[in-house]
Amino acid sequence: MGLDKIWVFGESNADGDAVATITLEMLAKARELADTVEVFMAGDGDDFAEELGDHGAETVYATGDLDGGMQGVAVASAVAAVVAEGDGPSAFMLGTTQDGRDVAARLSVKLDAPVITNVVGLELDGDSLLGNEPIFGGTVDVKTKNTSGKPGIFLVRPKSFAAASVGGAEADVEDLDVPDLGAMGSAKVTDRFVEESDGPKIDEATIVVSGGRGLGEKDAFAMIEDLAKTVGGAAGASRAIVDAGWVPYSMQVGQTGKVVKPTVYIAAGISGATQHLVGMKGSKNIIAINKDPEAPIFAVADLGVVGDVHKVLPKLIDALKAKG
Amino acid sequence: MKVVVCVKQIPDPADPGALDPESKTLKRDTKLILDESDSYGVEMALQLVDTAGEGSVHLVSMAPNNEVGGLRTALAMGAESATLVSDEALKGTDALGTAKVLAAAIARSEPDLVLAATESSDGYTGTVPEMVAELLGLPSVTFAKSIAIDAGTAKVQRQTEAGYDDVECPLPALVSVTAGVVEPRYPSFKGIMAAKSKPVDEVGIADLGIDAGAVGWAGGGQEIVSVADAPAREAGEVIEDEGDAHERIVSFLEELKVL
Repeated sequence: MGLDKIWVFGESNADGDAVATITLEMLAKARELADTVEVFMAGDGDDFAEELGDHGAETVYATGDLDGGMQGVAVASAVAAVVAEGDGPSAFMLGTTQDGRDVAARLSVKLDAPVITNVVGLELDGDSLLGNEPIFGGTVDVKTKNTSGKPGIFLVRPKSFAAASVGGAEADVEDLDVPDLGAMGSAKVTDRFVEESDGPKIDEATIVVSGGRGLGEKDAFAMIEDLAKTVGGAAGASRAIVDAGWVPYSMQVGQTGKVVKPTVYIAAGISGATQHLVGMKGSKNIIAINKDPEAPIFAVADLGVVGDVHKVLPKLIDALKAKG
Repeated sequence: MKVVVCVKQIPDPADPGALDPESKTLKRDTKLILDESDSYGVEMALQLVDTAGEGSVHLVSMAPNNEVGGLRTALAMGAESATLVSDEALKGTDALGTAKVLAAAIARSEPDLVLAATESSDGYTGTVPEMVAELLGLPSVTFAKSIAIDAGTAKVQRQTEAGYDDVECPLPALVSVTAGVVEPRYPSFKGIMAAKSKPVDEVGIADLGIDAGAVGWAGGGQEIVSVADAPAREAGEVIEDEGDAHERIVSFLEELKVL
């Protein structure tokens, strides 16, 4: 016997033509925990009703076109109104994404209920849920229970659960009415820009090659991109070099960036700070190259190379290119 | 133009930290420093005021034990003044409680713009800025790459998965700033000396009209029910590069059949 009902925050992928993987991952977990699983989302639910139904959602509550308005305030206001009417779920699951965080935070204030963040596991505890949050680079697991008497709000990290189709029927689509937002609704998107990138996406690639501060200088990141391209993988980065402005945030692997679980993760010049380990230690195989034999990255690496990335990487790239 | 920047004073991230076994909160008995994530917001605020040709940057922070070390760093960068909320009752306060405290402190300044980092480098909840915006009734934009102010409107480039969005938002508003988008200035010697005498208004929660029951563990609405060591990932083979480490990597990739 699980919870009565869980609402999962639905998002589309970057291209807007399919349901985001994180949403499908949460649906799989929600099905284990609740009798009824429904989706709430911004935008047009009709476009995604078939795929969401296939993954177990019975109903999709959608706001319709927000006319460029930000999702967080609109979705949270609409959901709070549903909860106030007594029609809300036992718990909410949202992805740790930009919009997921915005919705969760505003909903938290509206319901005066805490957000349990960085969740990688959820389990039933009577009529409540426990969220499992790893801290200190994933070395310690903390389980937290919502005791507010309000629906639990859980922000779930990508790649925590495996998405699974259940062949369900197309979900019903219902309106999620957005109340008048006043000044809070006045932020509007006026234009969108897509930065084209080659190769697989970092959170979908079989091989991810990431560079860190050990590269020494921004120009050396070209070696990371070259190696990634050579093995048909994606290039990533540690927070340190994103913060330093060497590469854009979209490449950041870590607690506050992307969570990756490739077949092979190659960490070059990355010491293995807590924030980075959280984002990549779920990789099936880890190769680390670092000058410092004491670097924490070696504690999680299947193959550790104590050496200078400037010497190892060029030879590795040449050897792989020679193999064709 | 008055800009308020939320800044967090955190333990040095190089120190892995520990949980207090009694309170189950992060131990904060070490010296606290300015969260590097917040230095981007401070820099952006200073640049916006410079561009506007008028205005000031004010800091708001919540920290135990009247800690001001991190605030002095931001004041040395050029912020004019700070409000520090420090109160014994705040121990164990979660993100929502923190937002309530910060919002109450910010409201006293009646700013045109509130800036924050997208998340702190220690707690990583990444929810406080939006909570503050909601509590203050403000529109908000998160993950800003750049901000320009034009005729009472903030024009923000918001980082997205695929690129960025242009967002327009009338002031007053709250914007959270992505790390790495500006180069935070190093405090000059003159700035460091000047920071020593800049005003830091230290207040307790009663000064903000907040009840002790709304913050701390009592106000959290959540309970840590277990803390346990996670299963450790075994370390594998470690080799020293003697000029041929690339060959071992190639053979390892071949064993995995990914080439």
